[in-house]
Amino acid sequence: MSIMTYIAAIGAAQEEAMVADDRVVVIGEDVEANVYGTTGGGKERAEQGDFVQRFGRSRVRNTPIAEEAIVGCAIGAAMTGLRPIVDLSYSSFLYMAMDQFVNQAAKNRYMFGGQSSIPAVFRSAMFYSLSTGAHHSDRPYPMFMGVPGLKVMAPASASDAKGLLRQAVDSEDPVLTFEAVPLWGAKEEVQDGEYRIPFGQARTRREGGDVTLVAISGSVPVALKAAEKMAGTGVECEVIDPRTLVPLDTKTIVESVMRTGRLVIAEPAHRTCGAAAEIAAVVAEEAYSSLKAPIRRVCARDMQVPFSPALEEQIYPTTERIVAAIEAVTRD
Amino acid sequence: MALDGSLPVETRLEMQRRMLRIRLFDERASKMVKRGQIPGTVHTSIGQEAQVVGACMALQTGDHITGNHRSHGHPIGMGSDLGPLMAELVGKATGVCRGKGGSLHLADRAVGSLGESGITGSSIPIAVGAGFSAQVLNEGRVAMCFFGDGAANQGVLYEAMNLASAWKLPVIFLCENNHYALSTPAHTVTGGRICDRAQGFGMPGVRVENGQEILDVHAAVAEAAERARSGAGPTLVEVMTYRFREHSEGLRINVDYRNVDERELWTSRDPIVLHRAHLIDEGLADASTMDAIQSEIEEEVEACVRFALDSPDPDPAVAFEDLYTDAYDLEDVK
Repeated sequence: MSIMTYIAAIGAAQEEAMVADDRVVVIGEDVEANVYGTTGGGKERAEQGDFVQRFGRSRVRNTPIAEEAIVGCAIGAAMTGLRPIVDLSYSSFLYMAMDQFVNQAAKNRYMFGGQSSIPAVFRSAMFYSLSTGAHHSDRPYPMFMGVPGLKVMAPASASDAKGLLRQAVDSEDPVLTFEAVPLWGAKEEVQDGEYRIPFGQARTRREGGDVTLVAISGSVPVALKAAEKMAGTGVECEVIDPRTLVPLDTKTIVESVMRTGRLVIAEPAHRTCGAAAEIAAVVAEEAYSSLKAPIRRVCARDMQVPFSPALEEQIYPTTERIVAAIEAVTRD
Repeated sequence: MALDGSLPVETRLEMQRRMLRIRLFDERASKMVKRGQIPGTVHTSIGQEAQVVGACMALQTGDHITGNHRSHGHPIGMGSDLGPLMAELVGKATGVCRGKGGSLHLADRAVGSLGESGITGSSIPIAVGAGFSAQVLNEGRVAMCFFGDGAANQGVLYEAMNLASAWKLPVIFLCENNHYALSTPAHTVTGGRICDRAQGFGMPGVRVENGQEILDVHAAVAEAAERARSGAGPTLVEVMTYRFREHSEGLRINVDYRNVDERELWTSRDPIVLHRAHLIDEGLADASTMDAIQSEIEEEVEACVRFALDSPDPDPAVAFEDLYTDAYDLEDVK
């Protein structure tokens, strides 16, 4: 085991995938200069681990700022023998390539009767809570959960980021991975060597019998803090991170709610039609009789993101808001 | 050069066969739409056969194509088996896409067809990706995307041309300029000539002025393919052509948006009639040989129709397959 940051874990997974399979290529904006620290061992070209030096410019390529062409190119390349990892930088930029994601990546295999598969990974980073303003602070993963044919992952820790990304590269289907930038520097013990985390398997981050607390992406550490606080008052929360949203491990969540009878869901995306809404609906359908209190969602407000730090933080789930929701469902 | 004498006779005859396949397949499909045997509608390539086949036959086995809503001609031009194509139009189990694509969304990997697209311009970067993989894997392949004069005004074309040029990818951008985006005359919504836009991306842009002459189309695309395969990068080829029928079958537009003189001029340039005449004039085939080819294709098309109509409907479970490569849960339909 070694301690690794979330961002370093992503770089390590990309490196392993590049070494393991010559068909893996990394393309995207600014990947050659290792601007975000996922395509090299350090920030300098001469440093050991630099992707361009190790793998060459044929397999590590800067792209023009042209998201529609980048995504379409990756789809076509994946259909014809490569396994591209596409770095799309800010997740707000995904909208520029919406046609390619929705009409091509998601539909191609289905509408052509399974003739092609599209083993491509589309990485994007959710830069929220960082004063990057409305054009750079999106958390758009729920939109893509509504597009059958795409797989969606949203890791919340270094070890999950590494194992899930490795699995994504192995997937024969298009995977969108949403990285939480507020967690980039978060450290965790990471297993040495190659490992893969299967999609559709939630991770229980804390066990508890009183309240099921499902948390997604950057809300996981916030939820863990809230659970810690509540433990001080004698309320034990079971904190579950689904890790992948398509496929979604509803079984682990439903079984937990059947034991606890209470559900709070926290996520950094908008409340309306968010992942929390979907999880709440599944639990209402499958564990209604176990519920002792109404389900509570703690999401980003249905609001655009303001720039000033004095304004922004209240938009997202905070420890206080999650604690308040737990108190509400445990108030008998 | 109007005539390329270097092509073998058999290639010239095969050109005629493929053009006839498209013509007769599409004429038959049009009737089947009217009779209700084909659900929805179809967009025929009638009148544009030289543009399609001339381009396809300039490629080699292993090359890839992507296309658009005017979709049957491209796979037929690449040599697809007609039965599964017609069965797809009818929505049968034996359809090339298992009954899930239909006329607008054909693909036939067996002949290098990666897929047609119902979204205008959307399949263009897919071909760029096929060129990218050919370059990285050093496979000597070429990829060609077909798109119309309408798609030529989509931004994605210019993103794709720029990327292909910057990376010197083996790609051919084949603009099928049939002068109309549905009812909108291309010149009223297009600034300048489409082929001239290539210059801005540092690639050759050529125009085939008479896209009804299959050898003209073939020569231009063959040159682009050679350039692509040699590592010199992409080419934009604009082929001037004309669709003889309405935008889609069954569509009734009460405004006469196409000038009568223009229609008569273009319909007098029937690519199948022209190519037949050239073959006979050059002494490469006689009328009876050409008639025999025509009968052979007529039979082939009738056989594909019988195959399609006699095929079973797809099992309803097929609707829930092929989304992902691995098993996935679906909500129980109760």
